Amino acid sequence: MTPIPADLIIMCRGLRKVYGDLEAVSGLDLDVPRGNCFGLLGPNGAGKTTTLRMVLGQSPRTSGVLSIFGESIDSNLREIRQRTGIVPQADNLDPDFTVAENLRIYGLYFRITSSVLEHRIPKLLKLVELDHRATDRISTLSGGMKRRLILARALINDPDLLVFDEPTTGLDPQARHMIWSLIHRLKRNGKTILITTHYMEEAERLCDEIVIIDHGKLLAQGAPGEMVRIHCQKEVLEIRGELPDRLFDNLGYKRNRFEQAGDTYYLYSDDTTELLETAAVLPELACLHRQSGLEDVFLRLTGRELRH
Amino acid sequence: MDWQLPLPRLETLAVWRRNALVWRRMIGASVLMHFGEPFILLIGLGYGLGRFIGEMAGIPYFAFLASGFIAWSAMNVASMEAMWSVYTRMVPQQTYEAILATPTRVDDIVIGELLWCASKSLVSGSAILVVATVLGAVADWRAILALPAIFLTGFCFAAPALIMTALAKGYEFFTFYLTLVMTPMFILCGVFYPTASLPAPMQTFVQFLPLTHAVALIRPLVVGQPVIDPWLHAGVLAFCGFFGAWIAVVLVRRRLIV
Repeated sequence: MTPIPADLIIMCRGLRKVYGDLEAVSGLDLDVPRGNCFGLLGPNGAGKTTTLRMVLGQSPRTSGVLSIFGESIDSNLREIRQRTGIVPQADNLDPDFTVAENLRIYGLYFRITSSVLEHRIPKLLKLVELDHRATDRISTLSGGMKRRLILARALINDPDLLVFDEPTTGLDPQARHMIWSLIHRLKRNGKTILITTHYMEEAERLCDEIVIIDHGKLLAQGAPGEMVRIHCQKEVLEIRGELPDRLFDNLGYKRNRFEQAGDTYYLYSDDTTELLETAAVLPELACLHRQSGLEDVFLRLTGRELRH
Repeated sequence: MDWQLPLPRLETLAVWRRNALVWRRMIGASVLMHFGEPFILLIGLGYGLGRFIGEMAGIPYFAFLASGFIAWSAMNVASMEAMWSVYTRMVPQQTYEAILATPTRVDDIVIGELLWCASKSLVSGSAILVVATVLGAVADWRAILALPAIFLTGFCFAAPALIMTALAKGYEFFTFYLTLVMTPMFILCGVFYPTASLPAPMQTFVQFLPLTHAVALIRPLVVGQPVIDPWLHAGVLAFCGFFGAWIAVVLVRRRLIV
């Protein structure tokens, strides 16, 4: 086997998962360097969570090589777990305990001593701004508070690698910004972070590098800004309303220059004048001219049809 | 399927401790149930029926029944915990999913749960033993030797119940086990009368039911009679517990590690 570079926290080659006839993940290669925030993006059912579960050793892989912290996951899972914190998608806090007890009990599963826990728990509760709720039952917490507590729980073993599975799904903007600032803070403290999301704004704000996957395959990889440059024209004209049939075909645009989703058309261009002139020809329609972003890349790569 | 033998490690104790901490919180209700229920049962049935029956198999009926109840309650408490409570932690609460993100593994969870179920049996059995002692049914200090037998009985019955949990799609599934397995054992295995009074073919049949062996082991220890074939009875209970635990671990692995 080739030696694993020491600065790669996660390395996988040809990662595959097959459930019966379904190939959920088909041959992914991922490298996550130390201190990086790495985003795994894809529509629902793209294979994000399956990939994550394999990387965490929670789900056996069908084939592929996988090493975490430079160690094979098959022989060193226990050591790897000691250094990893996981923020799952579902709320699986222990409802039989209070806020602080949830952290204490979780520490037991890592075999952390009581004296360390007594020292660490107040700090973690302060970090996620739940110190005033330490003795409250889980059922009295809001969705955002639960998510923060799950984050604190993932930090109980002071991990080097943190894994977030859709950390802000279903949260209000306040809670989302708080989670984002916590993730930024962890990154500044040198943690390596792996995150799955389908919010492009989240990926743009947090990630140094992202991969977009769909149907278990890698579609594109790079830094968020670079991805927009490579995979999309600079600007977009969004046009909403009743459009004449095949308008853009008749105007002579190639198929790869525009997209349609519902009653909205997206026309891409590197030339501002061209877009403004097109908008001027369609005065009765609602037009929005803007810069293209990661969301445009995502939609162009994974298609606009709904996922079920 | 992963048929590797269960390899519990120290993390097993963390799972046990989690449950013990939850239990401690509800200790009031728990103590009331563990002492109150056998108290009423023993007073009602032991004295009520005992008055007419007098002695059974050379023992006052009250003592006969109390010692049978200890074995039955060990089975009952462990089975209920391994079905309803374990299912709640595994499915609706997703507690195991959270635990499996730590160094604690499926083997630790299942063995920790089984030890916890056996511990609950021990608490319940001890409570009945105390009530029976107070009411004068216990012969002498040797009754203390019944405690390990109660723990072993709890473990023996927790294992098959946890197998049911690993297979269950919902709580209603447990009704089958309750009706088809637990209730017949309660009636047939010597809790209320000696199995020797059953028809001959039935006597042979009940020898294959573990509760028969639990009763045969616990009763003489409580009422101060010599135990006949102690190693056979303990061996049957240990055998069921060991293979039941193994299968339970294999099935929970299959269910949770996908």
